[in-house]
Amino acid sequence: MNIQEALFKYTLRLGDTNLILGQRLSEWTGHGPFLEEDLALTNIALDIIGTANSLLEYAASIENKGRTADDLAFRRNDRQYYNAQLTELPNGDYARTIVRQALIDCFDLYFYQELAKSKDETLAGIANKSIREVTYHLRHTSSWVERFGDGTEDSHNKAQTALNELWQYTGELFEMNDVDKVLINEGIAVDLNSVKQKWEKHISELLQKSTLVIPENVFMQTGSRNGIHTEHLAFILAEMQALPRMYPDAKW
Amino acid sequence: MSLSKEHILSLLSEIPDPEIPVITILELGVIRDILVIDDTNIELKITPTYSGCPAMKQIEDDVRKKLTEHGFTSITINTIFSPPWTTDWITPQAKEKLRQYGIAPPETTTEDKSWLTGKTKAIACPRCKSLNTKLISQFGSTACKALYQCNDCLEPFDYFKCI
Repeated sequence: MNIQEALFKYTLRLGDTNLILGQRLSEWTGHGPFLEEDLALTNIALDIIGTANSLLEYAASIENKGRTADDLAFRRNDRQYYNAQLTELPNGDYARTIVRQALIDCFDLYFYQELAKSKDETLAGIANKSIREVTYHLRHTSSWVERFGDGTEDSHNKAQTALNELWQYTGELFEMNDVDKVLINEGIAVDLNSVKQKWEKHISELLQKSTLVIPENVFMQTGSRNGIHTEHLAFILAEMQALPRMYPDAKW
Repeated sequence: MSLSKEHILSLLSEIPDPEIPVITILELGVIRDILVIDDTNIELKITPTYSGCPAMKQIEDDVRKKLTEHGFTSITINTIFSPPWTTDWITPQAKEKLRQYGIAPPETTTEDKSWLTGKTKAIACPRCKSLNTKLISQFGSTACKALYQCNDCLEPFDYFKCI
């Protein structure tokens, strides 16, 4: 695999993860538990979709085959998507949405801190931009994890159930394949082992404060690096892609 | 004889921010570089405030409209990400305009890292100047704002958060 090919696949993977998460989160728009939370999640979704747009535009330019960011977003099938499975799972209740978001915000913070040192200037620039936004996201979501976990019996149980169900999807975040190897050698990609250590420390401290327990002996789901997904991705794509698929020449 | 960079700057300084019309896009600090190639050719570098800021497209359109009116036929606008936009780039005059408009301007510079730890300074109410205010939500009506309320005059207000 040459560097250009690896860089395209890497950038596409990052773009897909942001796009699907942003699309999922935006399902809360108009349905938040109260107005301020509605605004908060919508704002977070907007930041994430903005990052997805920057990444997919860059991916399209690396590929250089005349495809645009919109083509990448709207004209691929589920098996051609490389987002982490965690991002495509249904939102569930608010505790589940927040626990997932905190797990990902924390990953993103340490990931972008490393990616900001990349030799690829565009990726480093996008990462540097996102660090500032993700810092706000993590502050918000971790404050809710704490309140849910250390709140009422009901909120605690909902947060713990969410954690029990979601934990099996966290292994994927740190998986590396040939794409990563090629680019790590070039000083472009992030070695996810270093991110994993920081993430585990941060998350275990947060969960301890929140009286939540990491489930033990969990089988880790895998597949998204090869385009294998849960049943939920095809449904989210069907909704997201309906208009461009129905009217392929539609312009804003 | 092509227009000077100063002339272009004065043209751009007539364009208001689409979401906060009391300040201009120049005062906001999103225009990073201008390269006048000749009478009809110009290149600009622009940087987003927030990754998903929906106003960026509007700003681009407004810039194109303004420059087209002044004879430019080839206008290239490139989006750059580095260095990332920061509220430190909002000019002091613009911060005062924000305050008068009812939006509390960013109080701290990003240099002191308080935006990372969450220990922010007390935010002054833009109406009665009281420091006795409370955070309602980290996220407000646009990506760049948080919601506060003044405990003294009881008015809710937007705070332009530090980034």
